Amino acid sequence: MVKSVDPQPVDEMAYEPAFAELEGIVSALESEQRPLEEAMALFERGQALAKRCAGLLDKAEIKVRQLTGEEIEDFVEE
Amino acid sequence: MDQLPLFNVPAHWTVAELTRYLRQLLESDETLQAIWVQGEISNLARPASGHLYFTLKDSAASLRCVMWRSDAARLRLPLQDGMAVEVHGGIRVYEPQGQYQLQADAIRPLGEGALYQEFLRLKALLEAEGLFDPARKRPIPELPRLIGIVTSPSGAALRDMLNTLRRRYPLAGVILAPSPVQGDEAPPGLVAALQTLNRVAHPDVILLARGGGSIEDLWAFNDEGVVRAVVASEAPVISGVGHETDFTLADFAADLRAPTPTAAAELATPITMLDLQAGLTETASRLEAAISALFDRQRGLLDGLQGNLRFFSPLRRVQTERQRLDGLSRRGNAAQAHRLALEASQLEGLQRRLSALNPLAVLSRGYAVVTQKRDDKVVSSKASVKAGDDLGVRVTDGEFDVQVTR
Repeated sequence: MVKSVDPQPVDEMAYEPAFAELEGIVSALESEQRPLEEAMALFERGQALAKRCAGLLDKAEIKVRQLTGEEIEDFVEE
Repeated sequence: MDQLPLFNVPAHWTVAELTRYLRQLLESDETLQAIWVQGEISNLARPASGHLYFTLKDSAASLRCVMWRSDAARLRLPLQDGMAVEVHGGIRVYEPQGQYQLQADAIRPLGEGALYQEFLRLKALLEAEGLFDPARKRPIPELPRLIGIVTSPSGAALRDMLNTLRRRYPLAGVILAPSPVQGDEAPPGLVAALQTLNRVAHPDVILLARGGGSIEDLWAFNDEGVVRAVVASEAPVISGVGHETDFTLADFAADLRAPTPTAAAELATPITMLDLQAGLTETASRLEAAISALFDRQRGLLDGLQGNLRFFSPLRRVQTERQRLDGLSRRGNAAQAHRLALEASQLEGLQRRLSALNPLAVLSRGYAVVTQKRDDKVVSSKASVKAGDDLGVRVTDGEFDVQVTR
């Protein structure tokens, strides 16, 4: 059962939670009988999540930082 | 001058006597007959005889060495100039040249001796404590958000790991905790890096790595403090120290041991971008399929309902009634027509009979009706007329008068 109460804005989600929610929505749509309007709302959120995930993969770039003492700073590769 | 008990000391020595004296002195010393000597190999020579000749030297002195063919044949490592080794053997004096030399019977890489003994001792100790227990090892997260790296900031190992992570899983963030990885500063540096990394950054997994080197170069990873810091790490640790064949105590303590730094980075990212993309594509198409299946189902339900609706609709009843009425009226009309037809044919029959009875009908065949003009009586016998009577003659299309002449 997917809760649609207080959904997190899709554009702020990290890959893992976004993908997990997408999978939950797909399972729910595949297995549960739902009112059409609710199903459409779930589907639309699912589409947004899939788009978000694809976008995150497309522009993923590893971010390297380093510890200096107790501080975390940007790391410049030589 | 005190005299050694074994020897007669002449007043004047020949070279041979002195050399023999020295030889007996050195070769009778038990300590000198079974020693390990550390040094670097130089002037290595392998003549056709199969014996090995070389000089063992360090920064301050040198020692001539010989290894007979039978011992040389048992050597496991190929010797070469510049190699740091430990040589086992006994001191001999070669009288013709007045030289002492080490007659070697075994050679091993430097460090395999004392260091290896220390390695085994510490390994047994830590193993007994349960620090290497497989049950203690933690699983490596499949999708790490933050990967900690403990290594030298300037080594090739760091570059290799970053390239591997960038290629396989750029969604992760990386935090480097720099530390010396060899020398006296390495063990405390590695311990501090592991502790600070856990406390400050809370990574999901830590790579503890160093590129290849000699056994001494890797020695910091056998340090007891480093091993305990690996065990105490909040995040699971993947070790990647040296090459495939190098095993350090940190490797035994790590939650996962990788043969090299690059392999450690690979093990830290078991799921790659390609896997994610494939999974996303599949899930997105399942989403589409699920919604179309739902719509198909709804459409099916709707079609069924519409069918029912049509079946029970009042319009359909009206139509039914109309149809019934049509049917009835058709049947009514037919009966009526039948009766009319019947009546018509009866009428026709009557008319036919009537016309047969019409006396005038015969007139059309040439007959005529003759009547007395004076009383309009039909003349049906010659007795009823006499000459001079006026008669009327009626034929089919009219009448005319005639007079009886005789």
